[in-house]
Amino acid sequence: MAEPKAKEFRGPGGGRRGPAPKVDNSGALFKRTMKYVLHFYTPHCITAVICIFVNVLASVQGTLFMQTLIDQYILPLIGQANPDFSGLAHAIFRVGCFYLCGVLASYIQSRVMVIVSQGTLKHLRDDMFTHMESLPIRYFDTNPHGDIMSMYTNDIDTLRQMISQSIPQFINSAITIVSVTISMLILNVPLTLLTLVMVCVMLVATRKLAGLSGHYFVEQQKDIGTLNGYIEEMMEGQKVVKVFCHEEQSREDFRQLNDKLFDSAHKANGFANILGPVNAQLGNISYVVCAIVGGILALNGVGGFTLGGLASFLTFNKSFNMPINQISQQLNSVIMALAGADRIFRLLDEKPETDEGYVTLVNARRENGQIVESEKRTGLWAWKHYHKAENTTTYQELTGDVVFDGVDFGYTPDKIVLHDVKLYATPGQKIAFVGSTGAGKTTITNLINRFYDIQDGKIRYDGININKIKKADLRRSLGIVLQDTHLFTNTVMENIRYGKLDATDEEVIAAAKLANADSFIRRLPQGYNTMLTGDGANLSQGQRQLLAIARAAVADPPVLILDEATSSIDTRTERIVQDGMDKLMKGRTTFVIAHRLSTIRNSDCIMVLEQGRIIERGTHEELLAEGGKYYQLYTGKLVMT
Amino acid sequence: MLKTLAAQIKEFKRDSILTPVFMILEVIMETIIPLLMASIIDNGVEAGNIGHIYRMGAIMVVMAALSLLWGVLGGRFGARASAGFARNLRQAMYDNIQTFSFSNIDKFSTAGLVTRLTTDVTNLQNAYQMILRMFTRAPASLIFAMCMAFSINARLASVYLVAVIFLGVCLFFIMSRTTKYFNQVFRKYDDLNASVQENVSAIRVVKAYVREDYEKSRFTKASENVYNMFVKAEKILTLNNPLMQLTVYSCILGISWLGAKMIVSDTLTTGQLMSLLTYCMNILSSLMMLSMIFVMVTMSMASAERITEVLNEKADLVNPEHPDFEIPDGSIQFKNVTFSYRKDSETPVLSHIDLDIKAGETVGIIGGTGSAKSSLVNLISRLYDVSEGSVCVGGKDVRSYDLETLRNQVSVVLQKNVLFSGTILDNLRWGDKDATEEECIRACRLACADEFIERFPDQYNTYIEQGGSNVSGGQKQRLCIARALLKKPKILILDDSTSAVDTATDSKIRKAFAEEIPNTTKLIIAQRISSVEHADHIIVMEDGKVNGYGTHEELLKTNHIYRDVYESQTYNKQANAEEGTENG
Repeated sequence: MAEPKAKEFRGPGGGRRGPAPKVDNSGALFKRTMKYVLHFYTPHCITAVICIFVNVLASVQGTLFMQTLIDQYILPLIGQANPDFSGLAHAIFRVGCFYLCGVLASYIQSRVMVIVSQGTLKHLRDDMFTHMESLPIRYFDTNPHGDIMSMYTNDIDTLRQMISQSIPQFINSAITIVSVTISMLILNVPLTLLTLVMVCVMLVATRKLAGLSGHYFVEQQKDIGTLNGYIEEMMEGQKVVKVFCHEEQSREDFRQLNDKLFDSAHKANGFANILGPVNAQLGNISYVVCAIVGGILALNGVGGFTLGGLASFLTFNKSFNMPINQISQQLNSVIMALAGADRIFRLLDEKPETDEGYVTLVNARRENGQIVESEKRTGLWAWKHYHKAENTTTYQELTGDVVFDGVDFGYTPDKIVLHDVKLYATPGQKIAFVGSTGAGKTTITNLINRFYDIQDGKIRYDGININKIKKADLRRSLGIVLQDTHLFTNTVMENIRYGKLDATDEEVIAAAKLANADSFIRRLPQGYNTMLTGDGANLSQGQRQLLAIARAAVADPPVLILDEATSSIDTRTERIVQDGMDKLMKGRTTFVIAHRLSTIRNSDCIMVLEQGRIIERGTHEELLAEGGKYYQLYTGKLVMT
Repeated sequence: MLKTLAAQIKEFKRDSILTPVFMILEVIMETIIPLLMASIIDNGVEAGNIGHIYRMGAIMVVMAALSLLWGVLGGRFGARASAGFARNLRQAMYDNIQTFSFSNIDKFSTAGLVTRLTTDVTNLQNAYQMILRMFTRAPASLIFAMCMAFSINARLASVYLVAVIFLGVCLFFIMSRTTKYFNQVFRKYDDLNASVQENVSAIRVVKAYVREDYEKSRFTKASENVYNMFVKAEKILTLNNPLMQLTVYSCILGISWLGAKMIVSDTLTTGQLMSLLTYCMNILSSLMMLSMIFVMVTMSMASAERITEVLNEKADLVNPEHPDFEIPDGSIQFKNVTFSYRKDSETPVLSHIDLDIKAGETVGIIGGTGSAKSSLVNLISRLYDVSEGSVCVGGKDVRSYDLETLRNQVSVVLQKNVLFSGTILDNLRWGDKDATEEECIRACRLACADEFIERFPDQYNTYIEQGGSNVSGGQKQRLCIARALLKKPKILILDDSTSAVDTATDSKIRKAFAEEIPNTTKLIIAQRISSVEHADHIIVMEDGKVNGYGTHEELLKTNHIYRDVYESQTYNKQANAEEGTENG
């Protein structure tokens, strides 16, 4: 069976991230992977190994039977008038039993391995996802989403290959090699040595050829990368190509890259395809040489070597070459799998978001002027403090008073993006941030909900340092409509309900009405039950923003943050939405970020940010009168890109 | 479908024919070896003839060497044929895509086209190589080994026939059932990964709403589901190996029992028995391989279908037979135009549009999202064809002009615009490949792009990254305008092309247009009133219809949508209060 692996040529799909990185600590990684597998499936694995052992032994004894068959039950009987086959029948029955054990073992092993490999992958996936959800936002900022995704797809797939195929095959090959070598040695020592020499030749040839083709594979991988990059770029810009009648040029450029890939691809694959025949024929030559030498030995009866022994030996010779080929083929996939395991473990080792907060958010009601915890949603919220020293619990009403005191912050310690930010939002105020791109508007809101932790200064929420508030409760108290809208594959109804999982359909619809989304939702094919897919790809940017606002509305949070929430909604619709939002936010603190100044005009206080500093603050009228940066932004008298 | 694909083999026909030929030759050589082996044992060892052993041995080595040669040649030709086939497929698809109209492109989507040109082609390349090499090798090996077996001893060989039928039927059932299951599983698996993808990109939403636990439990449930389905599908597949072993072992024992009796009764030789046992492995493993190839080839059928779709797609917008190469002037007329993107859609995107724009006029277009502003202007350069009525440029129907002439004279700056990797000059010269540097600089000055380009260290030779990721949105828009200007068009269309440019620069660009290219008809789609208020005429679009047409002052008086938009942007109706920048 000389089958060159088609897998060796993995084009765009597998090669997109370039050649697999070298794994330095492959030993440790392998150990850790195995530990992970064994943690859940030790008994399964032991069973599998025993089964492999039984299976190999069954096959080896079958081959040894050749000798017995020829030497004991055929040759002696030749020429007899009434040959007695009862001995042979017994022997065949015995061998048959062994064989049956082998078949059974093989079946059990396969079944067990399905559980082990799929089960391990399930655990791994769950662990990865669970852990990923606990990671800080920073992780997602610093790791390209494509890389994260490829762990769930490519890396998991290569791991499955390794667990379900490579490792069992390794074990199988190892046991086969050992048992076959022993059997061969029992049959004939010189022939065994001859076989081993041929195996060495095979290994050397494989290595040489792999080196040769490796060069072309690198070349091919590079050409694939270039061509795919070109394809992606041109398909993205295909409409521009049309508008500029650039078709001929783009065809010509493509042809050149395509021809170059053909060149390296057919060379690389040509070499890879040689590997199979070379190994197979070296195996055949080894077989032939053993046949000649063995034939002569058997002819002369050297060392009691018989015809049956020769027959058995030649079969072993063939079954010896197979595991060698398999090991060299599997080695590659193991290395690739370990590179994947490395990335996966690195994700699992990533430090989760820490949370030392102990102040929690509870529903509350007033009883005789006192704030008491309530089971039901009352619309009144309170912070619940537990004081360890006195073993007492106090409640404090949530009012939405947010104070920044001398806050410094940088996404990396060496690059501070916010300097000494001071900010006071008294309950019920609408606070707006304006400023050019990169001035730090979004950063400020990311600090309130602790997506990032500040370097210096203090942020107080109702007088409590936000580090003392449990993150989940802090975030629950803030409704955020983000700059980038994200929708999930689900119905419109469920997407809005995401804001409050136990909201009734009526509540959802009311929220949609408030966000002025109701009318367009009703025009969708199945209204509220329309499935959204691909991040709401079938909706316009403006419609998606309306849904995001509805989602925040149904959550009904005490404090609201709108980060460019209406940037894609035309100004007429925005006004309607804003009226709704104003109703919703009446008496609650709101933070608004907007590029469009019409959005923020009616704010109680407008902060103008520039390069991470608040340079002006005041109402719209005050700031206009001031004639500073805000005036310039508003009247368009200054370049701002 | 196969015919379309086979047409792309082209100059690799020779390789595609030679590959299977060599594979078959290789198989023949390999199949003869066991036969010679039998001769060594029977006529050499048993007969005590050392010379015969050497002779046969030498022939066997030659056979192996020849087999190696055929194998190598087969491998090389196979690699060439499949790599060449992939090259031709890619080129044919790419060439055809270049003829696609906008609606063809919309139909496939960018991502769809990329997948077809990359992953799908690779899948077919692998499948093709597999078909050329293995798909001929495995059946050939099966047939030759079977023939050999029958020529040695027909009675014993019939055992193999039974075995082949038994194993074949079993494999067929296993494979057809698993393919069905696996297709389902993989769909679920894709869904699972899609949900991870959503979670990764929406992580801020998840965290902002504290939905980590909710997402975890949802994921675990889905993952459990996928696990169960995978186990179910693979359990069927686990029958494969034991079945194969069972068949092989039964054959070995059956042949041993019958063979032994025959040898003793002198109707078979020991050597023949041995070669029969070798053929047993050849036959059954070929069968096994055949079933595997079958599954793999079936799996690539989906790719084949997707590629054929692109190859067979006909551009739905073609050059007229006797095209006009001369566009007299930049006037535009819409005569009762109705348009929809899909033929079967009930409500048209544009309905009954009548417009008359004179050459050299500046016309603003305003309207809410989804009011079909872009659809309207896309008809002018014939990016789409009207469903009813006609669009005329320079007094003649756009469908009568040569497409290239029309698109060079009607320059559109698309809303979703793209810069390509290359220097700024390279990008600008898309508009006119022979443009001198001075012309390029002049175009940039008109588009107010010169100020920021000249601040770059490499100025006009600054390298733009793929997709223009190293320039800001406003800079990109201005470069795109400059690029469009280099065509020196009779009609210039800006589709919301200054949305990320600040108000002051925006008005500077408009002023430059008015002064420097007064004879060019200019259509400006905008969100901002300030971008259009000085235009000769303004069109107000609403739900695919013209809701108002007139000057700024007229529309303020007569059109309530226009007035609404105006008021929403100038809150206090202060005379000097203009709108700030939008959509940064």
